[in-house]
Amino acid sequence: MYSPIIAESRTDLATFPVLPLPLVGGKLAAGFPSPADDFNVKRHDLNELLVVHPLATFMWQVSGDSMTGFGIHNGDILVVDRAVAPKHGMIVVAQVDGDFTVKQLYQRGGRVKLIPGNPTFPEITFREGQQLTITGVVRASITRHLR
Amino acid sequence: MFALVDGNNFYVSCERAFRPALLNRPVVVLSNNDGCAIARSNEAKALGIRMGHPWFQIRDEWPDAGVIALSANFTLYGDMSSRMHAIAAGMGPHQEIYSIDESFLDVSGMRNLVQRGHVVRERILQWIGVPCGIGIGATKTLAKLANHVAKSADRKPGSYPADLARVCNLSSLPASDLDAVLAATDVGEVWGFGPRISAQLREAGITNVLHAAHMDPATVRRRWSVVVERTVRELQGQPCIPLSPVSASKKEIACTRSFGEPVSDYNGLMQAVTEFTTRAAEKLRSQGSRAAQIYVFVHTSPFRKNDKQYSQGTVVPLERPSANTAELIASALRGLRVIYRSGYRIAKAGVMLLELQDASLEQGELDLLTSSDTRNSTLLMSALDSVNDRYGKGTLRFASAGTQHEVRGWEMKQERRTPAYTTDWAALPRALA
Repeated sequence: MYSPIIAESRTDLATFPVLPLPLVGGKLAAGFPSPADDFNVKRHDLNELLVVHPLATFMWQVSGDSMTGFGIHNGDILVVDRAVAPKHGMIVVAQVDGDFTVKQLYQRGGRVKLIPGNPTFPEITFREGQQLTITGVVRASITRHLR
Repeated sequence: MFALVDGNNFYVSCERAFRPALLNRPVVVLSNNDGCAIARSNEAKALGIRMGHPWFQIRDEWPDAGVIALSANFTLYGDMSSRMHAIAAGMGPHQEIYSIDESFLDVSGMRNLVQRGHVVRERILQWIGVPCGIGIGATKTLAKLANHVAKSADRKPGSYPADLARVCNLSSLPASDLDAVLAATDVGEVWGFGPRISAQLREAGITNVLHAAHMDPATVRRRWSVVVERTVRELQGQPCIPLSPVSASKKEIACTRSFGEPVSDYNGLMQAVTEFTTRAAEKLRSQGSRAAQIYVFVHTSPFRKNDKQYSQGTVVPLERPSANTAELIASALRGLRVIYRSGYRIAKAGVMLLELQDASLEQGELDLLTSSDTRNSTLLMSALDSVNDRYGKGTLRFASAGTQHEVRGWEMKQERRTPAYTTDWAALPRALA
């Protein structure tokens, strides 16, 4: 019923000269303005802390007790950054015998091995010509104390 | 100048990124309902397993080859695909996502393209674990061809010069080398020549790509079509196909599936059609459209020769264009009731949303009565979408889709599917410690 009239007034508007009016952004509220309005409110976001390369970041779940010495426990979630070049001393996720394993990378004097963080577990060593494939570097491990 | 970045055996590579035990073994990924191979590892290709090879035949033909078959895990492939495309975007300023595992990039005016290609390739391999091939050429058709060369040289040493493996820039080759590469490539490898055109070309003595590139465009147009002419011009280095604009809205949205088992009763079909309409409606809203009509169809399996055959579909117009799942389901089921006949073993059903229009365009007529309905319906649908986004697909659903505890024979058979490693907290890959 009203539609034709609205349509007409739209055409009329188009022929009016343009009259710029300033547009005031934000909300106007009655009562006292919040003193926090002028401050940027952005809550802590764990992604900022744990994920540096989002495209290259994947999660693994820990299964076993060989890394407790590094504070990595059974059931923890590993934030693995595949964009970081692995270096001596970093905690890495590597491919060993068709499985993923989490260990500390040892790389000194031409020797490469994977070191557990628990003396009851053996080191993983590599023979000449044997290739070690490192999937990514562990940027963080998440232990949840309440589930 | 164009580059094509294409994941090698993409679905298999995605699976291997989370299951290193699959490396160096023949692996195939199967189509819906675990029917036939839609991706093959190099080892599977070397055995002679073809694209589309039915799984039951593979099993019979290579009982001792240790072939591993997996159901398609599109949740995983979708995530890996968006990561790969995002990294590939580093190759050049404009990108066309051509398929789940291929994107074209405009690399005009850039230097050291081969070196740059190797950097991008290494980055994709290291960051997500997926190997890819990069082809570079003066046209999209040549880039696609270069990609074929890059992959073949990598997979089958000796098929092409070894320095073209993985990243191949046809435009940087001296003319004689380029001719040799084109002459070594079957005409059927050209993007744009289908099997039919390729057969006709071979009959006319055009067996390799060099022959095709030497054809006279005007003659080709007379004898075949402008489409074939365009491909020949592209092979000659004359760009005819530009990059397509990013993600144009779809003109129609379909959701159709073959059932895990045939369905005869109305209830089962109702659940399936509800589910398909729900999926289609989600896609509809995510591109900001409304549909004016919905097409619903069912048919029996033409492969089950002993079954009585039935195939029927109908278009149901909506009262007004809608993106509301409830309204779309109501119309789809109205259509289903019209076409449903008892006594047939239905193997496939689907819905298609038609006459899509922009949701922001309001219909003027008599809208005063319904505008608050429309607003509420939009709010309800966005609430539905956010709940399902946050807690997983199907958390909130329409009752006619049935419940999870019911036996839903129409659901896809996917007995060999790996977990959604990257999207489901309960499915994280394990790292032994």
